[in-house]
Amino acid sequence: MTTDQALTEYLLRLADTDMVLAQRFCEWCGNAPALEEEVAMMNVGLDLLGQARNWYEYAAELRNDGHDADFLAFRRNEREYRNLLIAEQPRGDYAVTTAKQFFFDVWHHLVLTRLTESSDERIAGIAAKGLKEATYHRRRSTEWMLRLGQGTEESHRRLTDAVQNLWRFTCELTDTDEIEDQLAEAGIGAGNVGDAWRAEVARVFAEAGLELPEPARHFYMDGKNGKHTEHLGFLLAEMQYLPRAYPDATW
Amino acid sequence: MQPGDLIYRERRAYQGVPLGEDDLPRAWECLTEVMDPEVPVVSVVDLGMIRAVEWEGDRLKVKVSPTYSGCPATEVIERDVQEALEDTGFKNPRIERVLAPAWTTDWITDQGRAALQAYGIAPPPKGQGRDTLHDPGPAECPHCGSTDTVQVSEFGSTACKALYKCRDCLEPFDYFKCL
Repeated sequence: MTTDQALTEYLLRLADTDMVLAQRFCEWCGNAPALEEEVAMMNVGLDLLGQARNWYEYAAELRNDGHDADFLAFRRNEREYRNLLIAEQPRGDYAVTTAKQFFFDVWHHLVLTRLTESSDERIAGIAAKGLKEATYHRRRSTEWMLRLGQGTEESHRRLTDAVQNLWRFTCELTDTDEIEDQLAEAGIGAGNVGDAWRAEVARVFAEAGLELPEPARHFYMDGKNGKHTEHLGFLLAEMQYLPRAYPDATW
Repeated sequence: MQPGDLIYRERRAYQGVPLGEDDLPRAWECLTEVMDPEVPVVSVVDLGMIRAVEWEGDRLKVKVSPTYSGCPATEVIERDVQEALEDTGFKNPRIERVLAPAWTTDWITDQGRAALQAYGIAPPPKGQGRDTLHDPGPAECPHCGSTDTVQVSEFGSTACKALYKCRDCLEPFDYFKCL
């Protein structure tokens, strides 16, 4: 695979993960447990949507096939999506959303930090901008992990259940494949952030009074290559309905 | 805008007379009247979003830095900038979106900070962008000046703000986050 092909794939993974998570956040609109939390989640979702756009625009330029960022977001099917599986998991209750977001935020922060050093200036620029936002995101989800972990018996139980359920999707955050390795060697990609991710997650778990799960027997890890859980199709059906139903609509 | 300006500009462009450096201050001046649609008391210049105004051949180029990656006002602001320049007589100016270096609240001018404060939004402390990103200090209440304030939510009515409450005057207020 040429560097440009690998880079296009890599950009789509970053973009799709941001995009799918942003869509999951939107589902909380009108459903959040408190107004402040709803506002916070819409803002985090908006940040991710903006970052997705920045990655999509770059990917569209590299693909150079006449399709723009909107096409990449709204006209690709499930198998063409390259997001991490954890992003597409249903929002669940607030503990699930919190744990999901925390696992992602720790990874995201580490990846963006590394990407600010990328030899590709465009990537470094987008990452530097996103990193500031991701710093807020990680702080917020870490606080919620502590609050739910140290909170009531019920909040602790729910968070533990959420962690147990989501753990099997975290392998995608700590493992890399050939594309990621190739780009890391070229000084472009972030490479493997697994060690730092495990260390930070362990630190917060200790403080929150949570137990790190045993390694899952079966890990799910092919979202990066377009093999998804059953949830993504439903999410895309809702998200893409309007632009597909009215492809020429403008406003 | 004087209608004559436009004709004057067009004639100059038509005659191939190069537009000079002396026109740039006029461009900056007209941009000081382009307000952020979500904080309509602070101009895009005072927010530090206008990174450069320069000639590119006979076309004006303006570099604009969005505040947040997903700020929904980005397109509106770029359109407003374009229209303001056209209304002032600059033909077909080019707006370039610049992400690097990333916009920081340190670029908000003192005048911008004063305007935010008067509008009821606590301005971000200057020169501490990175530190405050990690550890927000007490925000000063824009209504009574007290620093006995408490954060209600890390995120407020827009991406750039957090929600605070003053424990002295009991008023809620927005705090423009450091970025």
